[in-house]
Amino acid sequence: MLNQKDILSTIEMIEQQHLDVRTITMGISLLSCADENPDAACQKIYDKICRYAENLVKTGCDIETEFGIPIVNKRISVTPISLVAAASKTDNYSCFAKTLDRAAKTCGVNFIGGFSALVQKGLTEADIKLINSIPEALSETELVCSSVNVGSTKAGIDMNAVKMMGRIIKDTAELSAKKGSFGCAKLVVFCNAVEDNPFMAGAFHGIGEAEKVINVGVSGPGVVHEALKAVKGAPLDVVAETIKKTAFRVTRMGQLVAKEASKRLDTEFGIVDLSLAPTPAIGDSVARILEEMGLEECGTHGTTAALAMLNDAVKKGGIMASSSVGGLSGAFIPVSEDEGMIAAAQSGTLTIDKLEAMTCVCSVGLDMIAVPGDTSAETISAIIADEAAIGMINNKTTAVRVLPAVGKDVGDSIDIGGLLGKAPVMPVHKQSSAEFIKRGGRIPAPIHSLRN
Amino acid sequence: MKAIITVFGKDRVGIIAGVCVKLAEFGVNVLDISQTIMQGNFTMVMMVDCSGMTVDFGALSKELDALGQSMELSIKIQRSEIFDAMHEI
Repeated sequence: MLNQKDILSTIEMIEQQHLDVRTITMGISLLSCADENPDAACQKIYDKICRYAENLVKTGCDIETEFGIPIVNKRISVTPISLVAAASKTDNYSCFAKTLDRAAKTCGVNFIGGFSALVQKGLTEADIKLINSIPEALSETELVCSSVNVGSTKAGIDMNAVKMMGRIIKDTAELSAKKGSFGCAKLVVFCNAVEDNPFMAGAFHGIGEAEKVINVGVSGPGVVHEALKAVKGAPLDVVAETIKKTAFRVTRMGQLVAKEASKRLDTEFGIVDLSLAPTPAIGDSVARILEEMGLEECGTHGTTAALAMLNDAVKKGGIMASSSVGGLSGAFIPVSEDEGMIAAAQSGTLTIDKLEAMTCVCSVGLDMIAVPGDTSAETISAIIADEAAIGMINNKTTAVRVLPAVGKDVGDSIDIGGLLGKAPVMPVHKQSSAEFIKRGGRIPAPIHSLRN
Repeated sequence: MKAIITVFGKDRVGIIAGVCVKLAEFGVNVLDISQTIMQGNFTMVMMVDCSGMTVDFGALSKELDALGQSMELSIKIQRSEIFDAMHEI
C-alpha cells in the first residue's frame, strides 16, 4: 500500500516542480516510400505518417488525463529524408519538407524531425540536394526540424559538410529573420548523432530502427533542484546520491508512460531518454541546479565539474529505472530555453567558450545560442568544427544549434517564443577562421576509432 | 483498475460525503481513505477501485474537477501505477 507521503510528494513534483514527460516521439521508417516520381513519394510519405501516427496525440492526451502527468510534446521522427528522396528525380527537396509539415499538422503533433542527412564520411548527390534545400524548407514550413550529422568517432569529420553548414545556417537565419531566426532553432548539426533521439530539433528515425517505435524523453530539472535544496552544504557525493535517487523516480515515471503508449499504439517501445531538459519557466532550469551546488552564477569556475557530476548522476539514477535507455540521455544546456542560462549569459558570466567546455561533459552541445548577425559563415563552420572535434575525440554526441541574430549585436536578444525561449546575443571571437575552413577535406578518424 | 484521488483545500463540513456521493454515482468503490489537516489545509488521499465504473476515466476526472471547483477544493484522480512506479522498486 502506498503511503500518503509518497503520494503527496509525487503531486508536489508535478504541480510545483514542473515534473513532466517532455515528449512522446513516434519514430516512423519511410524507407518504403522512395519513388522516382517526387509527387508519388510525397503522397506515400504523407499517407504512411498519417496512418501510423493517427492516434498518437489522442493517446498522449489520454495517458496524460489518466495518470495525471503532463506530456508536453507529442512528436514524430522519420527516416533521414536524404535517403528516402534519393530515388526521386528532383533537385529541390523542399517539397518533402512541406509534405512532412502537412502530415504533422494532420496528426496534430508539434514538431516532426528527420529532414536530415548523414554525411559524416562524405556527401551523396541526395545529401547535397537536401542540405541546399534546408534554408527554404525551414522557412516555408512550421513544424519540420532538420539535422545534419557531419562527423563521428568512427568516420572522422567531413569538413566539406562543415563548410556548407556554416553558409546554410546563415541563409536559414536570413530567411527567418522576421521570426527571430526561428528556422535555425529547427536545425542541428551533429557529430555522433544517435538514431533514437526523441528530442527536437535533432530527432530522426535511424536506419537501424524498426518500422515504427515509441521513444520517450523525460525531464525534471525542477525536481532535482528541489531535492538538492534539502542537502545544502553536504559533500558532493551526497549531492550525487540525491540526484541519482531523483533521476530514478523521474525515469520510472517515463518508463511507465512509454510502456503504456507503446501498448496502446501497438508500436514497439524503443527507449527512454534520461534527460534533464529545461524550459524558460522559473523553477525548470539546469543552470539553477548548478548554482544550487554552490556556484554564484552558472558559467563561473567550477561549472564544468558541477555539470559533469550532474550529467553522470542523472544517467546512473535513470539506468536502473528503465528497461531500455537511449537517445541523448544527460543534462541539456540550451541557453535560450533555460532561465538561469539566459541570466548568466546576459551578465557575461556564461560565454561561448565556457559553454564549449561544458559540452565536453553534458549530453549534447552548443545549443540555442544567439550570435551576432554579422558572424561570418566561416566562423559558424569553425564553431561546428570545434564542437564536432569534441564529440569525435570523446566518443560522445555533440551538436551545434546557433542562431545568427540578423541585424543584431551583443547586448540585443532575440525572442523565439514558447519553449524555445529568448536568446541574448553572445559574443564570438572576431579573429578569422576562414582559411582553415576553406581547406575542406576530412579530419581523419582518431586512433581510438580502431577498436576491432 | 485502481486509482488515487487527492483532495486539497480549506476544511469545511461535508467534503468526504460530497466526494463519496459523487463516486457512488459513477460506480467507483472506495478502498481506503486517509485524511489529515496539514497547516490548516484539508488533505485527503483515497484509493479507489474503478473496475465497475459507469463512465470513462476522462469524464470522471472532469466531474471531480467540477465538484472540486464548486466546493473550492482541488480534487484530482490519477491511476495508481504512477505512484507505484515512482516509489516502489
